[in-house]
Amino acid sequence: MQSGNIQKIWELLDNVPDPEIPVISVVELGVIRDIQFINNEYVISVTPTYSGCPAVKTFQDDIHTELINNNILNFKMIIVYKPAWTTDWMNDKTKAKLKKYGISPPEKIAQCPQCNSKSIELISEFGATACKALYKCSDCLEPFEHFKCI
Amino acid sequence: MQDLLKYTLRIADTSLILGQRLSEWCSKGPTLEEDIALSNISLDLFGQANGLLEYASKIDGSRTADDLAFKRNEREFYNLQICEQENGHFGDTMVRQFLCDTYFMLFYQELSKSEDETLAAIANKSIKEVSYHLRHSKNWLIRLGDGTDKSKEKVQKSIENIWKFTGEFFEMDDLDNLMYANKIGVNNIKLKDEWDIIVNQVLLEAKINRPKDSYMMTGSKKGLHTELLGKMLAEMQYLPRAYPDAKW
Repeated sequence: MQSGNIQKIWELLDNVPDPEIPVISVVELGVIRDIQFINNEYVISVTPTYSGCPAVKTFQDDIHTELINNNILNFKMIIVYKPAWTTDWMNDKTKAKLKKYGISPPEKIAQCPQCNSKSIELISEFGATACKALYKCSDCLEPFEHFKCI
Repeated sequence: MQDLLKYTLRIADTSLILGQRLSEWCSKGPTLEEDIALSNISLDLFGQANGLLEYASKIDGSRTADDLAFKRNEREFYNLQICEQENGHFGDTMVRQFLCDTYFMLFYQELSKSEDETLAAIANKSIKEVSYHLRHSKNWLIRLGDGTDKSKEKVQKSIENIWKFTGEFFEMDDLDNLMYANKIGVNNIKLKDEWDIIVNQVLLEAKINRPKDSYMMTGSKKGLHTELLGKMLAEMQYLPRAYPDAKW
């Protein structure tokens, strides 16, 4: 029984950027839940961030392309809903990347990613993507997006 | 299996039809922020419907999720009638949304305990989304109700117009009883007390009077709808029916 090179698949998927926030990968986003090698086939479990996030279909296509470009043809993706995706799966390194990109990372208290001020104002609970809300910094006056904690 | 299919379709259709209604606000919102908010909520509802329709398709065995969304007729849809009601003005939409969001939150909390793993998992995920939606619709209702004389008068009228559709939230028919007995479905009657508490509390804060319960509309569990659903489906289903081979 072959075991496949699961580690390599993880590494390849770590090259696939989130379609909306290209500074982090789909692995860092936490949507790849599991990779197994069953009957000579890689079974990749993917979970949606928000049920209706349009990026889900896009990153599935991107994963497909990445694997095929690396001559990996024996794989399938399955959608899993449990456990429900949470921003707790993002590690500190990923959060730092978001901040550098100008998005306030998913922490309980949002903070201006430009000047670190905690004096901020909510503009809208819904931002350009389902996962973000819009804020404005009361100190440096820059508007910014906050990755919502869910 | 027919029972589970129909039960799943009821939940799926309710999300799908409300999502479709909300999507009509896209590009017509009163402010850019609200335009984005309503479209985002619509997308979440479509996402929930998609997960449920995929599951329904698996139970059904022959139709795809798209077939179920686009190739069923009006009488084969089981969404709550409140979802197909027109958007009206922004206040009408927010009142409808608040009443539905409160129901969704309580319904999904119960459904997340289902012994059907797929329904429980989708419910669990949906709770996170609908509680966020509820916060939004609740805040708007308070803002409009406790706003100007004009806004108060408008949303008071909105809630009076839609109230007759709230009875369906708490109905139980044979299928609901069967699903509840099998630990798959929810006892809708049990949701009423908590729904009343939340609604009364918010209406109080919004300084809106709770309409008196009188005649309540019913029928969606049997596929009976108001005339509005047919018109919605005509638009929603037009493309896949006119061009059956069209691909995304």
